Formats: sequence, structure tokens, C-alpha cells
Amino acid sequence: MDMELFIKYGPRILHGLWVTLELVGISLAIGAVLSLPIAMARLSKHKFLNAISYGYVYFFRGSPLIAQLYLVYYGAGQLRWELQDIGLWWFFRDAWYCTITVFALNTAAYQAEILRGGILGVPKGQLEAAQALGLKPLVTFFKITLPQAMVASLRPYGNEVILMIKGSAIASVVTIFDLMGETKLAFSRTFDLEVYFIAALLYLAVVEIIRFTWERMDNRLTRHLRPANE
Amino acid sequence: MKILKAIAIAGVALTALSATASADMKIRIGTEGAYPPFNFKDASGKLQGFDIDIAKALCAEMKAECTFVAQDWDGIIPALLAKKYDAIVASMSITDERKKKVDFTDKYYSTPAKFIVDKKSGITKVDPESLKGKIIGTQGSTIHSNYLEDLYKGSTIKLYKTQDEANADLASGRLDAVLADSAVLLEWLKKKEGACCKFTGPGFNDPKYFGVGAGIAVRKGDDKLREGFNKAIAAILANGTYKKINDKYFPFNVY
Amino acid sequence: MEQYLQYLSFGNDGWGDELLYGLLLTLRLFIVTLPIGLVLGFLIALAKRSEKKWLSLAANVYTTVFRGVPELLTLFIIFYGGQMFLQFIAEFFVDDIRVDLSAFLAGVIALGFVFSAYASEVFLSAMNSVPDGQSEAARSMGMSWLRTMQKVIFPQIVRHALPGLSNLTLILQKDTALVSILALNELLRQTQVAVGNTKEPILFYSVACGLYVLLAFLTSIFFKQVESWANRGEGRA
Repeated sequence: MDMELFIKYGPRILHGLWVTLELVGISLAIGAVLSLPIAMARLSKHKFLNAISYGYVYFFRGSPLIAQLYLVYYGAGQLRWELQDIGLWWFFRDAWYCTITVFALNTAAYQAEILRGGILGVPKGQLEAAQALGLKPLVTFFKITLPQAMVASLRPYGNEVILMIKGSAIASVVTIFDLMGETKLAFSRTFDLEVYFIAALLYLAVVEIIRFTWERMDNRLTRHLRPANE
Repeated sequence: MKILKAIAIAGVALTALSATASADMKIRIGTEGAYPPFNFKDASGKLQGFDIDIAKALCAEMKAECTFVAQDWDGIIPALLAKKYDAIVASMSITDERKKKVDFTDKYYSTPAKFIVDKKSGITKVDPESLKGKIIGTQGSTIHSNYLEDLYKGSTIKLYKTQDEANADLASGRLDAVLADSAVLLEWLKKKEGACCKFTGPGFNDPKYFGVGAGIAVRKGDDKLREGFNKAIAAILANGTYKKINDKYFPFNVY
Repeated sequence: MEQYLQYLSFGNDGWGDELLYGLLLTLRLFIVTLPIGLVLGFLIALAKRSEKKWLSLAANVYTTVFRGVPELLTLFIIFYGGQMFLQFIAEFFVDDIRVDLSAFLAGVIALGFVFSAYASEVFLSAMNSVPDGQSEAARSMGMSWLRTMQKVIFPQIVRHALPGLSNLTLILQKDTALVSILALNELLRQTQVAVGNTKEPILFYSVACGLYVLLAFLTSIFFKQVESWANRGEGRA
């Protein structure tokens, strides 16, 4: 790649990388918070809650993220006056907020399923023991079930983080200048395929760093679950 | 040996699938299909518009058999360079930046660029100073996006895949202004959803950014095709075909 | 309401037929990619188990790359880069030949690569779950290598791999929507064209999402059937 291009687009592409990380980080955090009530509803015996949460998860996991993004972004544009009436237009006006909303709702569905799997994996006997000890159900859940469920689901959580980083590349279709957006801009003025390869390497590096860190973390946190002499 | 054989079979299959030897005067034309009234798809999925009609007239003049390929604007030059088609007839402005990559025919039309804004916005001036802090949208990979990116550094620039998406966001109030080709914007302003908005400021035609009008792009060195188009453009201008197409779409002369 | 039905109707004013056409193309893309991805994934899993160092290394690099790069970027690179590459190769042999890597084919290749990278991991762990002793036992009973594979090993691999593959298949189905970026007239693309003409994003994008969900539903039913068929030999635990 010639130096001129590098100087002109290099900093922008790096800034795009930062935007990608920010976008994914915020979405994952909001999604994690949302996933808890959704997972609880999925596990609940309440018919209505169960059906609603099942529908939610099915919708967000069954349709493409890019279609969901178009639906919310351009759908909000169509509902401008209604949204303005209820004072929410400033939020949906912004592509950044729209994208985070969609990403967070989407990853919440996936995270809820991961969490549900983890919770189901906690042995029933523990709950009975906690009950026998007189612990309140809420305390039991937050102190006993949830921590174990989260450790057990560490691996799928890691996969979800990586899927979000890759999936976030579509934010560029609604004017976000993330890594992909900046790359497309540089490509449109240079027609140099190299910029795509550079972006690919950057994504790959981020994904590999996360995979590596995650494996270390998983190994540390699940030490007690492995036989001692392994 | 087995692997070699497999590769050979795969290679033959692939070639049979997709390779066509080029014959004389068969021209594949790339266009966007999302830029009304110049090129767009109707409800039956057919390509229509000024560019398409001009291209068909040129092909008839050149006695060439033309086929159209729809290609997103983002990739319209890369796909030409990669020989997915032989010419771009898609309202592409002839600029020096693009001339580094492709050759152009003479212009076949030229209309200035203009800003549109919301009627109620109170924006009356569109110089970089006046639009400081405003959000301006346009289609990515265009002369308009380059112009904004280089000169409107105090504004937030939003780039869209198609011009239509930028217009939709102006109508919904996400953007304060849109810069694009005036004929394209005029078409949109006439529609129901364009009722919100109006032209503001002068027409822009600084040749450094906006070039000298729209031309047909061909690969560098494809002089035979370029010359053929040039002769055909001159011919349809002379014999009245151009005027007929012009009048079908515009109440004014776009040449 | 009537207006909406009109928009979705079949015929010249409605977009129903265009959406249906898009849906069929989405299905075609999916159905062509799936077997290619499966076979490729299986071969790559074999390569990973190979004793030849370079082969297993290459297979691992392949997996790392296609699991780490966004699908969208892979699509762009294969569409533009692949076209240039093929054209270059073809011109090397024949003068003035035109090779056209269509958006459909680019989609099949890119999505097939990504799918196979993930599938190879699923196959690999399925292969590892079949104890080596079994094939030794089968061989000692006089079964040929092919027969051992066919009757003993392969059915077990398939059974172990099915849940993972079913997941990947659902992902593949959704990833076909990304090929809309290459102007392939699949479901999402046709939806965008309809929105551009009618200015009804909520209606059309909802319908598109609904159709994808429906496809996912049908696919998961199909896989449940296959899984219960594959597990028919396993007693109920």
C-alpha cells in the first residue's frame, strides 16, 4: 500500500476499530443485563411469560441481524411523528443508538439462552440444600445458582463476544463509521483491495486476542471442575 | 493424482458454468438501478431510466448487443476493473480522481449538484461555515461525498449505500441537509415523501470535484469501445434521439 | 390494511411476487451452500487429524481465518478479489476470455468457507468422541476400512455432530441475507427494493424477518426429525 494512502486512511481505520470495540462492548453489556430477566422468563412456569420470552428469543435468533437493523432504523424513520409525540425521537434519530439497541436486543436473546443452559446445569441438590439451610430463593439464585451458571457458560459467552464483533460489521450499512465503514470509505476512494485485507487482519487480531484471553480465563475459573491430576 | 484430477474437474466445471468468450459488439453494461430518474428498477424488477434509455440508444447506434448488469454503487468501478462488465452507464461524473482508474467517454449529460434541506429548518446558506455542526448526508463513493468530506470538515457527514436512503433520512429528520445531483433530487422533491424539503443555495459544479458531467466509464486502454461510444453519443445528439429521451424524463435540457 | 394487502399482492403493483422470488433465491443459495460446506468441513476436520504437520497446520489456519473475519468482509474479498483472480488465471490460458464470478457463486464460496470452518470443529470433536478401539475392533473382525467407516464410525460421527451442525445450518440461513450487499436479488435485497419504491419499511422488513423466522422454524423441525432418526438405535435414557 502506498504511503500516501496509509497516512490518509490509517488513522481513520484505527479509529474505526475503536468504534467497533465501543459498539460491541456497550451492546454486550446492555444485552447481559437484559438477558437475565429473559432467561428467568424462559425458565418460569408462568405460561404467558414463557411464551413471550420464547417468542422474543425465537425472533431475534431466527432472523438476520442485518434485517433487524434495517427494520428498526428505517422503521423508526417511518414512525418519526409518533416517536416525537412520546419524546423518543431524539433517541431513534441517532444511528448510533439505533444500532446499539438492535445489537443489544439481539445479543440479549443469545445470552439468555446461554444463561438458561447454565442455570439448568446447576445440580438440583444444591438448591434443596440451600433451602434446607434456610436461604431465601433470591439469595440462593444470586449467590449459588447464577455464579455457577456463569462460570459454566463461559465458553459459549466467549463465542457470543466473537460473533458480535464479526456481526457488528453490518453497522456500516446505517452510516456508522466502524472498522468496516472506514474500510469501505477508504476502498471507495482508492479501489485498492489491500484495505480490505488490512481490515480482515485487524478483525482477526481482535478475535484471536479475545479467544486467547478467554481460554486462559476459562482454564483458571474452571480449575475446580477438573479432576486434580489432569 | 486423484487430487489433480479433482482440481481439473472442478476447474472445467467452473469454467463451463461461468466463462463466455467475448464476441464482437457484445457489450455488458453495469449500472446501479437505485438512482431515479437516471436508473432504477420498477415494480416488475426491470431496469428503467434515462441512463438505460441512453445506453440502449447508443447500443442501437453502434449495432451492438447490450446486456445490463445491476451492481451496487460501492463496487461499481471495482467490478468494471474486474471485468464483470465492459462499461458503466450509471450517471458517473467524469473526475480526475476516477480517471486514475478508468477512462471516460465524452459527457452525455451534466446537471449541477445542490443541497436540499427541510423547509422548516431555517437553513438558507449552505457554505461550510453555515453548516458547521449540522448533519449532512449523501450517497457514499460519490463526488458529493468526496466534496463534503474534503470541504465540510465542521459538519457530521453521513454516507449511505443509495441516494434514496439518504433522502429518506432527511425526510425523517435524521439529517439537516443532503447534497446530491439536482436532477435526482428534483425527482424526489416532486414525490409525496419529498414534500418536506426544498432546494437551498446555488448549483455546485467546481470541476475539481464535480467533473465535467456524466460520462461512460470503460477500462483503461479500451479505446475501441470508448471511441464507439463517443461516435454514438454525437450521433444521437445530432439525430434527435437524445432529445426524445431527454424530454421523456426532464422538462429541461440536461446535456 | 387494504393498502398493505395491495403492497404484498402478486402482480405488477404488488411486491408479493418479487418477495417470493427473493425467498426462492435465498433458499437456492442456502441449499447449494450447505452440502459444499459440509463436505469441505468434513475434509478439513480430517486434515486437522492428519499426522502430516503441514496439513493440520494449514487446516487450523483456515479455521482461524474464516472464523475470525466478519462474513461481510469475506464476501467482499471473495467477490472482488476472486473475480480478479479468476480473470487473471483465465487470461493466462485463453486470450480475451471473460470469466464472471456471479454474486451468487461468490456468496456460495464465501458462506461455504465460513460454514466449513465452523463445521470442521464440530466434526473434529465428533470424530474424537469415537474411541479408536472401535475401528481396531472392527478391523480385527475382518471388516474392510471402507466398511468400518460406513457401518461403525461414520454413523456415530453423524450422531454426535448433528446438534452442532443444526445450529450452524440456522446461522448459514441467516448469513445468506448478507449477500444482499453484493446486489444479489435474494429476500433481503428484494425487500429493500420494495421499501425504496413504497416507503413502507416497517411492513416490508417485518415481513422479511417473519419469513426468515419461518425458514428457521422449518429447518429446526427438519433437524429434529433427522436427529431422532439418527438416534433411533440409542435406547431412551
